Amino acid sequence: MSGPNTNFDPKQVASLDVDAVEAMVADARAAFAAADDLDALKAARLAHAGDRSPLALANREIGALPPAAKADAGKRVGQARAAVKTALEEREVVLTQERDARVLESEAVDITLPVGRAAVGGRHPLTTLMERMADVFISMGYDIAEGPEAEAEWANFDALNVPPDHPARTMQDTFYVESADSGVVLRTQTSPIQIRAMLERPLPIYVVAPGRVYRTDELDATHTPVFHQIEGLAVDEGLTMGDLKGTLDHLARQMFGEGIVTRLRPSYFPFTEPSAEVDLECFVCRGASVGDASRACRTCGSEGWIEWGGCGMVNPRVLAAVGIDTDVYRGFAFGMGIERTLMFRNSVTDMRDMVEGDVRFTTAFGVDA
Amino acid sequence: MRIPLSWIREVADVPADQSGRDVAERLISAGLEVETVDTVGAGLKGPIVVGHVREIEELTEFKKPIRWCQVDIGASEPSGIICGAQNFTEGDLVVVAPPGTTLPGDFTITARETYGHVSNGMICSERELGLGDDHAGIIVLPEGTAEAGADASQILGVGDDVLDIAITPDRGYALSLRGIGREVAIAYGVDFHDPVDRAETLPGPADDRAPAACASDDLEACPLFTLRTITGIDPHTPTPQWMRNRLRDCGMRSVSLAVDITNYVMLELGQPLHAFDLDALQGTVRAGRAQPGESLETIDHVERTLSVDDLTIRDDRGPIGLAGTMGGATTEIADDTVNIALEAAYFGAEVVARMGRRHRLTSEASRRFERGIDRALAPIASARASELLVDLAGGTYQGMTAVEAPMEERFIRISGDLPSQVAGMDILVDDVIATLEAIGCSITVDGGELTVAPPPWRPDLTDPADLVEEVVRLVGYAKLPSTLPTAPAGHGLTHAQRLQRRIGTVLAARGLVEVLTYPFTSDADADALRWPHDDERRVSPRLANPLSDEQPKLRAAILPTLLVAAQRNISRGFDDTAIFEMGAVFRGPAGSQHAPRPGVDQRPSDEEWQQLQDLLPDQPTHLGAVFTGNRAAKTWADDAEAFTWADALSVAQDVCQVLGVEYVVERGDDPSFHPGRCAQVIVAGEPVAIAGELHPSVTEAWGLPPRSCALELDVSHAIESSPEVRPAPDFSSHPVAKEDIALVVAGDVSARDVAASITRGAGELLESLSLFDVYEGDQVPDGHKSVAFALRFRAPDRTLSAEELAGIRESIVETTAADVGARLR
Ligand SMILES: [Zn+2]
Repeated sequence: MSGPNTNFDPKQVASLDVDAVEAMVADARAAFAAADDLDALKAARLAHAGDRSPLALANREIGALPPAAKADAGKRVGQARAAVKTALEEREVVLTQERDARVLESEAVDITLPVGRAAVGGRHPLTTLMERMADVFISMGYDIAEGPEAEAEWANFDALNVPPDHPARTMQDTFYVESADSGVVLRTQTSPIQIRAMLERPLPIYVVAPGRVYRTDELDATHTPVFHQIEGLAVDEGLTMGDLKGTLDHLARQMFGEGIVTRLRPSYFPFTEPSAEVDLECFVCRGASVGDASRACRTCGSEGWIEWGGCGMVNPRVLAAVGIDTDVYRGFAFGMGIERTLMFRNSVTDMRDMVEGDVRFTTAFGVDA
Repeated sequence: MRIPLSWIREVADVPADQSGRDVAERLISAGLEVETVDTVGAGLKGPIVVGHVREIEELTEFKKPIRWCQVDIGASEPSGIICGAQNFTEGDLVVVAPPGTTLPGDFTITARETYGHVSNGMICSERELGLGDDHAGIIVLPEGTAEAGADASQILGVGDDVLDIAITPDRGYALSLRGIGREVAIAYGVDFHDPVDRAETLPGPADDRAPAACASDDLEACPLFTLRTITGIDPHTPTPQWMRNRLRDCGMRSVSLAVDITNYVMLELGQPLHAFDLDALQGTVRAGRAQPGESLETIDHVERTLSVDDLTIRDDRGPIGLAGTMGGATTEIADDTVNIALEAAYFGAEVVARMGRRHRLTSEASRRFERGIDRALAPIASARASELLVDLAGGTYQGMTAVEAPMEERFIRISGDLPSQVAGMDILVDDVIATLEAIGCSITVDGGELTVAPPPWRPDLTDPADLVEEVVRLVGYAKLPSTLPTAPAGHGLTHAQRLQRRIGTVLAARGLVEVLTYPFTSDADADALRWPHDDERRVSPRLANPLSDEQPKLRAAILPTLLVAAQRNISRGFDDTAIFEMGAVFRGPAGSQHAPRPGVDQRPSDEEWQQLQDLLPDQPTHLGAVFTGNRAAKTWADDAEAFTWADALSVAQDVCQVLGVEYVVERGDDPSFHPGRCAQVIVAGEPVAIAGELHPSVTEAWGLPPRSCALELDVSHAIESSPEVRPAPDFSSHPVAKEDIALVVAGDVSARDVAASITRGAGELLESLSLFDVYEGDQVPDGHKSVAFALRFRAPDRTLSAEELAGIRESIVETTAADVGARLR
């Protein structure tokens, strides 16, 4: 940089007059606006805001001015440089945004291409349905009880008031563990879990027990020799058949919706007395198919009602077999078929689909039924 | 039990406008399960008439015998009708469907030319008219039933509704018109006319000869035995059509008049009867146990070896019948039988049930005895049958012999408000009494207490609860309130129940699909899985009556049954699948010839309960998974990626993580797996899982693609190590220092051992390590490999310095050199 030019007349420094400085700012603004990408802006910046730009050169001349003029010129040039800088920054923001947008646009893919990553598998709907039913009872304060599938014949029959020669033993065709008098069967019902619960838990008892059971049926569209039930048992003071009905009504509503209609129909089970079958009013035909061939209903077989399970007040003989004082306690118990529930609730038409292990069946339900 | 409505109407005053379906509704509400209501001859439209066969011309020029018949159907000229049946002769009365009549199945009769003649109608069988199953021949009506041309539909009971009722084991009385009629009368609140009350019109004995003698050698099993003698029946008298209709509608076949009468009375009253050919008997007829070595040919022509527990009917020559179950062939009623000994007895339910099971034999009689019959009924029923034999078959009644043990009186005491309390609704004591009286009980009232004597036909009524059921069902279950009991606060799911749900959810999230298989397997499966002969998994319970002889055993592992499901998916075109099942497996022996059988009138002792538990096999919950084909299919972006042993192992590790258990992976040696690609997962020092690539011969045996992978994990066992409460981690917020290290080791040194050595050498500041490269090739000596680990270090209280890290690195190199012979690459 050269030294101060003390002999110079300031009025002759044309680059510092008002018009000249304004023109420099205007030139810079125009150049920035004309730059249509960041490279062009960089060139414009060097030309109008760089060390060799007219304003930078003009700034150098200020030192040569007499003191009286210095402040005035300095202020003018300073404001001009600030204005140029602002204009530059504003243009830079705009051009940067434009560039970023262009880059992102260029990176676009066909978002409809199949993604091909590992999909979620599935849980068997019988499993998730049992969980749902269990959860209804958990919310009412029940616990979940369990028992073995290969069960003592005593617990599966004798203690449930089915003595050895009782015709009820032939009602349910039983798988016997070899030999036939080994004392061990594949449980024909979840009811032996009642016996276990009453022998092993303190009173009062409120439990449900979902589980797998076995009967010697051939597999067809509506029967399977290996199936699932959920057993319920309550033993407390003062329990009534009304309590049993209310409990089943509640379960039915949770499974089938608020409008469901239930019916208790007198029946016979050795381990309950009084006993009942629980029927659901067919929620497809609402009974309109009965006796009307033109409105035949596949869901209920045109009977209007669907058998859902069995229930009753625990036979006092069963309470006696586990040492519960029948003068103080009464119980109710029920057992619902899970397969039947799934068939009606989720419109499964062939039970074989539930047992064959076809991945399409499970996957269709995801992780809930 | 099938029963026609017209018969019910004879004993219960059912309102005339009620159909079979209406009656069925009432019975269902009362607890009799009416399964179907059929109308006799449903689908029959137009007249059917009685025809008198005047002439039969046998047409012999056809492949089968054909008859050209002239049949008088009440018109001026007989109708010519072609008929293929042979069971009638000239002079018989038959049933003719004339042209214009439509038979069930929408088959309209027309006059048409066939076999060279114009056939003007059809001579019908039961089945063609929709009356029953009998199609052995056309219907031949008993002589004198009606005039030619009479309306046959009325004679055959067309239009009657027949109820088919499934009788539960406690309601043996309902296996009769008498029992069902009473229920109908109660359901409608109308009068019931007990057929027993009108069965007492038998004339006195004729005194021609002494009635046959009888005895009971076992008054426990046979407390009542009666024998009535009827002589001189006409064996050729046909069964009247009205009785045939009843039998047919009840699902029984007409045999001969004498046998039909015994069946008819059984259906009417519920008492099984047996008619012997009196002339085939020798000496006293008695009920008694079979002798060792005896056998009996029953009327179904099966030679049965008898057990000394069998209760037989015997004469001087030995057994002549299985009591209450089936008669013997040598003494049955024959075509020419004229003299009859009619047995009516009470046999205990247990003895008949046991006999039926032993001989795999049930009959109409045994079904009733098994459920318990009316203890007082035998002489009444046999009087009714004798009366019919006299009236219809022209017999002479010669009197009765009988033995009877005193009948025990039965009483049940209940509080009059017990039904109210159990039902949870108000039932007046007066209504309780009225209901119990309607079913036949006699009642004495003492304050609020009732002493109830159940009727002899209700052996099922023994306890107060039985009476409660009777009262509440007849008041109507529909009237029960719907209330909810208040359970005490519950505990939610148990630790194990919750974790099993979580395992299922995590596996599904990992892309596995749950299936449920039957747990039946075989020794052949164990062989195919290459289990050694002393493998404990070969000891699982065997079923006495398996579904299939090919699958007689319960599974000791999930894999054998899950592999079948994997194969099924492949056969259905799903080659790339990962399936899993969580369920019980069965290990060890089960049962005992000396299984304890505690009584049921009190709680079993702890020792008895334990003995019962000891009968059972171990039944842990296992998880099995099978992986076939590709874990990822080829896509536009990536190549296909096959399942490998690592997928199986990582699922096992995931389960350990879900359970929150510490685990170690070791080389496994399960023979079902590839010997070099099998891992076992150790938890708390014990193996809980096997995972890896299946042995080629296993994949071949189940038809799976080569290199299919699998895992089997003992969930019950692993959960035992799962903490109930998991402590929070303690981690540092100081910066991490990352170091990579590549070591050359001998080829047979396991990655796990190298990692363990690095961990030891690195000391406490090592946060984690992961193996990111394994290299074998030119860059390392023969028989060696390079393993590269990424290490992360962090101190709890400071930033690690370069000097500290260098020191750690040096320590790692020294330690691994000493432990596994590693050198820095
Ligand atoms: Zn329906």
